[in-house]
Amino acid sequence: MAMDESVRKAILGSVPSLRAFAISLCGNVDRADDLVQETLLRALANIDSFQPGTNMSAWLFTILRNHFRSEYRKRRREVEDSDGHYAETLKSQPEQYGQVEYREFREALNQLPQDQREALILVGASGFSYEEAAHICGCAVGTIKSRVNRARTRLAELMHVNSAEDFGPDETVRAVLASGE
Amino acid sequence: MNERKPVGQENAMEAAATRKKTTNKPAKLGRDVQARLGQQLRSMYDEVVNQGVPDRFTDLLNRLDNNGSKDAQ
Repeated sequence: MAMDESVRKAILGSVPSLRAFAISLCGNVDRADDLVQETLLRALANIDSFQPGTNMSAWLFTILRNHFRSEYRKRRREVEDSDGHYAETLKSQPEQYGQVEYREFREALNQLPQDQREALILVGASGFSYEEAAHICGCAVGTIKSRVNRARTRLAELMHVNSAEDFGPDETVRAVLASGE
Repeated sequence: MNERKPVGQENAMEAAATRKKTTNKPAKLGRDVQARLGQQLRSMYDEVVNQGVPDRFTDLLNRLDNNGSKDAQ
C-alpha cells in the first residue's frame, strides 16, 4: 500500500492531539498509545472512506472515539492507575501552575461523566467547533453545548471555585504580576 | 432516648435536594473562572501534544508504507 504523502502527513500531524485525547479517555498513557495505534490501523484500512478535503483530524478522532467506546470503555476501571500515569507524563507541568491546584484539576476532570469530559476536551482543548465535536460524538450540536456547560459548572463545583481568587494566593499574585501592576 | 432521626439527616436530605436543584439549573460561571479552567485544561492537553509524535507511530506508518513503496526511510 503506497501511502499518499499528503495523507501520511495529515495522519502524523494528528497523532499528538489524538494521543492527548486518548489519554483523557483511557487515563493511562500506555493504553492510550495502543488505542492510537489501533486507530491508525483502522483508519488506513478504511482510507478509501476518507473524503479528501475534509478534516482528517476529525475523521481520526471519530474512529478513535468509536473504537474506545466499543473496546476500551468496559476495561477502563480494570487497570485503574490513571492518576499515577498522568502524573508521570505530565511531570513538568507543576512548575507552571500550583501543584495542588493542578492535581485537583485532574482529579476533578476524572470525576466528570465520560460524555461531559470528552465534550469539554474536544471543544476546550482539541479546538474543535461545536459542530465538529457533535459530528465526532454522533450527537446534536445542542447536546454538545449542554455537555460542555455542565462539565464546566461541575468542574468549578468539584474544585470549590466561585471566583478566580479561589484558585489560591499563588495564582492571584501571578495574575497581578501578569497584568503589569 | 431520642427516637427521632438525628437532625443531621434531615439537613443532609435538604442539602441534597437543594444541590439537585442547583445541578439542574447551573448558575452561570464567571468569565474569569471559565478562562482559568480552560487554561488548565489546555495546558494539560498541550503537555501531551508537545511531546510530538513518538517513534512507534512514525515506524508504524513507515512499515505499512514499505509494503507498497521502497522510498520510505
